[in-house]
Amino acid sequence: MGEVIVVTSGKGGVGKTTTTANLGTGLAQLGNKVALVDADIGLRNLDVVLGLENRIVYDITDVTGGHCRLRQALIKDKRYEGLFLLPAAQTKDKTSVNPGQMKELCEDLRQEFDYVIIDCPAGIEQGFKNAIAGADRAVVVTTPEVSAVRDADRIVGLLEAAELREPKLIVNRVRYKMVKAGDMMSIEDIIDILAIDLLGVVPEDEMVVITTNRGEAVICNDHSRSGQAYRNIVRRITGEQVPLLSLEEGGLMNRIRRMIGFK
Amino acid sequence: MLDFITRIFGRDSGASKNVAKERLRLVLVHDRSSVSPQILQDLKADLIKVISNYMEIDQDALEVNFENSENQVALIANIPIKNVKRPANVV
Repeated sequence: MGEVIVVTSGKGGVGKTTTTANLGTGLAQLGNKVALVDADIGLRNLDVVLGLENRIVYDITDVTGGHCRLRQALIKDKRYEGLFLLPAAQTKDKTSVNPGQMKELCEDLRQEFDYVIIDCPAGIEQGFKNAIAGADRAVVVTTPEVSAVRDADRIVGLLEAAELREPKLIVNRVRYKMVKAGDMMSIEDIIDILAIDLLGVVPEDEMVVITTNRGEAVICNDHSRSGQAYRNIVRRITGEQVPLLSLEEGGLMNRIRRMIGFK
Repeated sequence: MLDFITRIFGRDSGASKNVAKERLRLVLVHDRSSVSPQILQDLKADLIKVISNYMEIDQDALEVNFENSENQVALIANIPIKNVKRPANVV
């Protein structure tokens, strides 16, 4: 029986979809059978991030509405055997699915997959309630900004109210130089304020833009720092103890060390 | 020019993250106290009702707010009194 994980944030644009795509790809790389569910109905995006936009026939509302079988709507990834996407509907709105249907869908998916990862829409309304309905645990994505952390705090409260205890935090788009200069909140600052467990830290990385342009997940890129960060997060999700990426990772000495294979 | 110099010597840096953290802390204290503006309004109205039994207050200048000191939230009410009623008038 698989596990259902919802990726949420409250605020838009902090990297939920990118995170979902990378966690799913990473878990599939390790040989797991993974289903990614785009719960952002009306603003479908996970398909383009994964480069699967041309293969969509049915979507999530076709499944919940009984117009097709679950298996027909699942799109197989280009690279990884075990990775599948259940796309969101683009021409409907969030009310076309209800929490009961989502719960049922998650139950069906967990019969077949090791991990079911749900990409939650921004906001705290119906779309959010749908996305968390069938989840066992939650990952909250934030960036080191006042607005994003505030929204994350609200989401943590709502998750706990919905009995999704102990959500884990991913701090995305961290710029270490700015943190070092005291111009960006550090991981410690954010953890101190939100008081939840840290799952991982992803540095700001141009490679995310470049790989996303191509419809690939940055976790497939062996040399990117964000890819390494996602690989570590994936291993933590599977229960492994992995130390955090060092703050100095981007420094010159480390780059040299990495170049000569001394890490 | 001064701006430029302070930027070079980085005297400004170190400040902005602390500002962010402090603002965030304050806003979260308020958020977490989970008191909606509606509740605050109702509370105000009730306060006016009760206090008016004893004294005449300046309703327009009445202020009710949450304030946080250290790690606690306090309800601070500033209620200007116009006139105290005579004991005989107390209902």
